[in-house]
Amino acid sequence: MFKYIVKRILIAIPLLLGMSLLTFVLMQVTPGNFFDTLKLDPQVSPETIAHYERLYNLDKPLFQQYFHWLKNLVHLDFGYSFHYNAPVSKIISSRLFNTFILSLSSMLVAWLVAIPLGIIMAVNRNRFIDKFLSFLSFVSLSVPGFFLAILLLYFASKVGGLPLGGMQSVNFDQMNFFEKAIDIARHLVIPTIVISIGSVAGLQRIMRGNLLEVLRKQYILAARAKGLPENRVIYKHALRNAINPLITILGYHLSGLLSGAALIEIIFSWPGLGTVMLTAVRAKDLYLVMASMLMGGVLLFLGNLLADIMLMWVDPRIRYD
Amino acid sequence: MIKKGLSPFQMAMATFRKNRLAIACVGILAVLYGSAIFAGFLSPYSYDNENREFSYCPPMKVHVIDSDRKLTRPYVNQMNLSFDKFHKRIYTEDKTKSFPIHFFIKGDSYKVIGLVPSTRHFFGVKVPGRLHLWGADSRGRDLLSRLLWGARISLSIGLIGVSISFFFGLLIGGISGYYGGKIDNLIMRMCEMIMMIPGFYLMLALRAAVPTEFNSLQVYIAIIVIFSFIGWASLARVIRGMAISLKQREYVLAAKALGVSDIKIITTHILPHTISYSIVAVMLSIPGYIMGESALSFLGLGIQDPYASWGNLLSEAMGIIQIKFSPWILLPGFFIFLTIICFNIIGDALRDALDPTLKSEGQS
Repeated sequence: MFKYIVKRILIAIPLLLGMSLLTFVLMQVTPGNFFDTLKLDPQVSPETIAHYERLYNLDKPLFQQYFHWLKNLVHLDFGYSFHYNAPVSKIISSRLFNTFILSLSSMLVAWLVAIPLGIIMAVNRNRFIDKFLSFLSFVSLSVPGFFLAILLLYFASKVGGLPLGGMQSVNFDQMNFFEKAIDIARHLVIPTIVISIGSVAGLQRIMRGNLLEVLRKQYILAARAKGLPENRVIYKHALRNAINPLITILGYHLSGLLSGAALIEIIFSWPGLGTVMLTAVRAKDLYLVMASMLMGGVLLFLGNLLADIMLMWVDPRIRYD
Repeated sequence: MIKKGLSPFQMAMATFRKNRLAIACVGILAVLYGSAIFAGFLSPYSYDNENREFSYCPPMKVHVIDSDRKLTRPYVNQMNLSFDKFHKRIYTEDKTKSFPIHFFIKGDSYKVIGLVPSTRHFFGVKVPGRLHLWGADSRGRDLLSRLLWGARISLSIGLIGVSISFFFGLLIGGISGYYGGKIDNLIMRMCEMIMMIPGFYLMLALRAAVPTEFNSLQVYIAIIVIFSFIGWASLARVIRGMAISLKQREYVLAAKALGVSDIKIITTHILPHTISYSIVAVMLSIPGYIMGESALSFLGLGIQDPYASWGNLLSEAMGIIQIKFSPWILLPGFFIFLTIICFNIIGDALRDALDPTLKSEGQS
């Protein structure tokens, strides 16, 4: 197991390097960088710009720049964001945390809703409620996230009582710890609903399929034959076996959320990694883009790794080495 | 007479035809794509025909009964714009200015299927009247016209993007699985690299590499290239897996022994066997392209004004106030939804029809 994890990480490193090189090239192929906007600003002297360019090696050839960035990366120095005027690591770390909160809460909600729904569908297979729920899941699978976001925003603005964007209220700094937590939780509600609705649809279908498959197994027949009440058959014998395969999806889901959450973050101006990425791409803020991509890649990798490890843990028959 | 047996494909189609919902979806998509192709003719105005006096004009009512309570040809009343004390727009129908709706009327020039120049429109009203059956946007452009023009972009991006990425995905996946060894290793690492980047981030970064001075046709092509670049990887991986098992079949070995060239074996003996998987995958991945385009345009990174796409039409609905006072600007979102759900339903039905073993959701 340990060997396998080390091997996976060793494979991932060149992939991440390739990814960062790709990003770097992408950001540099188009003419212009962040200094071009600075150069238009009459308040910034050419000397300052030259100084910055020297400081961040932007006057050197491309490959030298890239290797310089790599060298700094080893020292955990992600470079400097020209747009935010702050070290990239500082911006990224707080944003990473925010994205994590949002992803985690949406995942929690999605799972808590999807699993019972999947069970209900499987138990009442082909009855009205099953058909109704699968229709609903089809609908929610087909609504674009940003459209749903707009609709919910409008709905929330009519109902009132919930903040419509951002992550903190204006008076956040004056709150004590509990008030702060509640404040963030209130801001979480709408984006969480939007993101989790998309995942519920897929998850409940998988849960339904799994449970139906288990219900066809012989040991279920045996359990029924010996006269166990139906509730016990389903919840004690079938459910436990049906949930197992879902655990592996957890990791993939976590990594998938990251990408899906980006757009929703932007719409709700949630200060997460996605919002930063958009700002950075627009401002051509080289190092911030590089770091966001790298972080996104790392998170995706960790999610997949986690999924594979859980798969091994759940199903000892699977060996990866 | 001997009754001829059905081929597996014919059997699958027979199963598919029994799915009424899916057939209905095929019909809806046919209507949507058809109206996108003939957008110029069907829409009363060109996508950039604007009249600021009709900013956020609500959908006009079509009357068939005139002021004398007699049945007449359909007509619309013009809207008078006034402001209330909160500077909210109020449109009132001006009963004195009625314009009958004409069919095959002359209007803005366009090209039929992009080739034949024409000025005939299916319906419209004579100038100075204006016709906004589904309302107008902030600059007083007809929403119905813009929806139709936007459909061209939003609907075609999915089809073209999917075709390109499937062409490469199939070919590269086939090559990778068939040859194996170093080529396989290299290609698979490339796939993994692309799949390792969160899709949306990659999309943004690729979009950043598109020069800003590109015109809209170039941006359109660039977006397709971006989507294809992201999309081929996951398909190539699956096809590779299939190719690995297929290449050990006897008929492939036989073809090899007969000296058929590698590329011909891949294209005629291996890839056709992945077709039932591919068809379903195509159907189920088109929604991703449509959502991707509309998301990019929604954020202002895709198709730029004055050109219309369903995504950038929706970007006007960003503000709550706009939705509140002019809810018709949400229509593009509804059409995106309709298109996507149709593709999803058809994809699902095709999967049931083509691959009976995959029917895990259990009708048994």
